[in-house]
Amino acid sequence: MRKLMLGNEAIARGAYEAGVTVVSSYPGTPSTEITEAIAKYSEIYSEWAPNEKVAVEVAIGASIGGARAMSAMKHVGLNVAADPLFTCSYTGVNGGLVFVVADDPGMHSSQNEQDSRHYAKAAKILMLEPSDSQEAKDFTIKAYELSEKFDTPVIIRLSTRISHSQSLVEISDRQNVPLKEYQKDFQKYVMMPAMGRKRHVIVEERMKALQRYAENCELNKIEWGDRKIGIITSGIAYQYAKEALGDVSYLKLGMVYPLPEKLITEFVSQVDKAYIIEELDPVLEEHCKKLGCNVIGKDLLPITGELSTEIIKEKILGIKAENVLKPIENIPIRPPVMCPGCPHRGVYYVLKKLKIVVSGDIGCYTLGALPPLESMDTCVCMGASVSGALGMEKARGKEFGKKLVAVIGDSTFMHSGVTGLIDIVYNKGNSTVIILDNSITGMTGHQDNPTTGFTIKGEPTKQVDLVKLSQAIGVERVQIVDPFDLEKFEKVVKEEVEAEEPSVIISQRPCALLKHVKFDGPLTINQEKCTGCKMCMRLGCPAISNKEGKIEIDMTLCNGCGLCLKVCKFSAIEKAGDLNG
Amino acid sequence: MANTSIMIVGVGGQGTLLASRIIGNMAMTKGYDVKMSEVHGMAQRGGSVVTYVKYGDKVYSPIIPKGEADIILAFEQLEAYRWLPYLKKNGKLIMNTQKIDPMPVIIGQQNYPENIIEKIKNLNVDVIPIDALKFALQAGSVKTVNVVLIGLLAKYTDICKEDWMKAIEQTVPSKFLDVNKTAFALGYGL
Ligand SMILES: Cc1ncc(C[n+]2csc(CCOP(=O)(O)OP(=O)(O)O)c2C)c(N)n1
Repeated sequence: MRKLMLGNEAIARGAYEAGVTVVSSYPGTPSTEITEAIAKYSEIYSEWAPNEKVAVEVAIGASIGGARAMSAMKHVGLNVAADPLFTCSYTGVNGGLVFVVADDPGMHSSQNEQDSRHYAKAAKILMLEPSDSQEAKDFTIKAYELSEKFDTPVIIRLSTRISHSQSLVEISDRQNVPLKEYQKDFQKYVMMPAMGRKRHVIVEERMKALQRYAENCELNKIEWGDRKIGIITSGIAYQYAKEALGDVSYLKLGMVYPLPEKLITEFVSQVDKAYIIEELDPVLEEHCKKLGCNVIGKDLLPITGELSTEIIKEKILGIKAENVLKPIENIPIRPPVMCPGCPHRGVYYVLKKLKIVVSGDIGCYTLGALPPLESMDTCVCMGASVSGALGMEKARGKEFGKKLVAVIGDSTFMHSGVTGLIDIVYNKGNSTVIILDNSITGMTGHQDNPTTGFTIKGEPTKQVDLVKLSQAIGVERVQIVDPFDLEKFEKVVKEEVEAEEPSVIISQRPCALLKHVKFDGPLTINQEKCTGCKMCMRLGCPAISNKEGKIEIDMTLCNGCGLCLKVCKFSAIEKAGDLNG
Repeated sequence: MANTSIMIVGVGGQGTLLASRIIGNMAMTKGYDVKMSEVHGMAQRGGSVVTYVKYGDKVYSPIIPKGEADIILAFEQLEAYRWLPYLKKNGKLIMNTQKIDPMPVIIGQQNYPENIIEKIKNLNVDVIPIDALKFALQAGSVKTVNVVLIGLLAKYTDICKEDWMKAIEQTVPSKFLDVNKTAFALGYGL
């Protein structure tokens, strides 16, 4: 049977068919739907871990325990998991072990554009790269076979356009893969210097075996066409190249680490001109050049952003799209915004009013950095708000600390904010940390986390108590405030930044998109009472706009959260009639 | 058969994803090769979103290059205007007349362009404007704007109404099926 599937769903299907039984991940665009789809298979134990390091370690444990295991993450997640990654390359596996990492060229939803292929080389781990959903499924199954055959973890590299594109997939039944026997083997699984040294030798031998395998495996394929042009490529870039260049010759690499040598040199020698078409860094190109092959790559094609059919046509064939229709004026950009009813809006309204420096973090609340709220000063990586605030305070002194807060979402706090808070307490900082507890992992599309009280399968579980946790760390000033109670929120922030000791403010109100959150329905502006003062517009609510001097609320967007009611001094905002009649 | 390329553009949260999945399911049932590229993550929070659907004998890239979309289905006027360069010469632009101000307009940094429909017509584009919200309300839910638009789009394809209906049945959750069927019929009847 054939089905239309996202690349991510196809990876999940591959895991299912390969008999995987344990999956642990932390969400991150564009990888999230892999684990969400896996959670629908009752045969597989799946979980959201607090972060990628934990997730990868759970998968490693499961593999050593004899199961086929997986962990999926976005590119920057692999940074967090890099520590276990490098050493599990030495231990090897028992049950097949696969890590799926999704890069984000073009940065649709990310803070950087790193190329994960460097990790394969650095950690000496086999890496595969599919170019559509069918391959995503097939390569996943193959990855388990290779993992067990070569005693190595395997990384599958995706990119946004593979993860989030749907194409047809032929689906099959699940293989019955019995749990492998667990045998204590400290030479293999206890990485102390003496054992590590021996394992390193084994890793190098494995690399040689993999190198030989790369030369004639079916994952790397030559498609001969016109030999005037030869293209070496992989992943989504292959699809762009096929569409742009048609019937030329291709060496399509499905295994991107280790890379073949003979196969490449022979291919290059049989074409007039060889091009390397790869997104982001010149990884294939540098390999080819090291082999002495005359190839053209990044001299012609960009190193930043996504590739496209157009770029390839233009750079290689010199053909530009003609007569393209164009708007005759500048089009205003449309950046993402906090949703109507978003609890974060109240927090930033207050922080902006108080002119506070905000050490920021990653989540929906990062949108508070954009106009009109514009009240986030930094955003580096998950968790960096808390530790970064301490650094700022230590650099600029106590008084500066009184104009400074860290803001961090509930999921992000669990991921890597807790350790920063421990640092603040342990090293006698005074920082104020605002935990934005909206009862969900919002940005990545509503995943449960240790603070929500539910597992990935929706089963009730213990809930981390943020108050008790902060207190246990040693924070004595901890309180819960509703960010829509603007007066109280302002008062609390003022008090806590002044306090010469660490404080935690838990800003608690559920995400407006959660099913159980119900508001009273759209509001409208009573034009007779409205003075046009535009206070409500300072909230940056997408439902409120200024139509030639008349402030209006878009009833299709407004949900009636009522925050604007609280800032209107003229009681000009009222409940509207029901839109659906 | 040459590939058919359809772009669906709008504002994150407007239901563009469902629309593209209906087209995708229709094409799959008809036995075509299909690829579609979706937007998940950040842009879904009220940003400018675009999904691509391509079907035919063999589809390579899931993305539609500039100047190659047969049809653009726009959920919002400004987004129609923004993505216009992707429309093929003689392509069709089906456009919901709804306007949603982006944040730079809301805060007065930029203006929402005036008379977009006329300006697009002046570029000799075959544009079909429709107040889809009105028909969605008539069908019984604001949420069916997407399916009203699909109904209108269906008229301009060589796929019969029944096949479209089947695709809707496959894609839409059963408890919303009735309103969506009504919405489709309203769009198709225009
Ligand atoms: C290391 C790493 N893993 C994952 C992500 C993807 N990501 C960005 S923010 C976020 C969590 C957001 O949830 P939360 O902190 O609860 O804030 P909310 O979006 O709900 O406001 C995730 C998973 C990332 N940027 N970096």
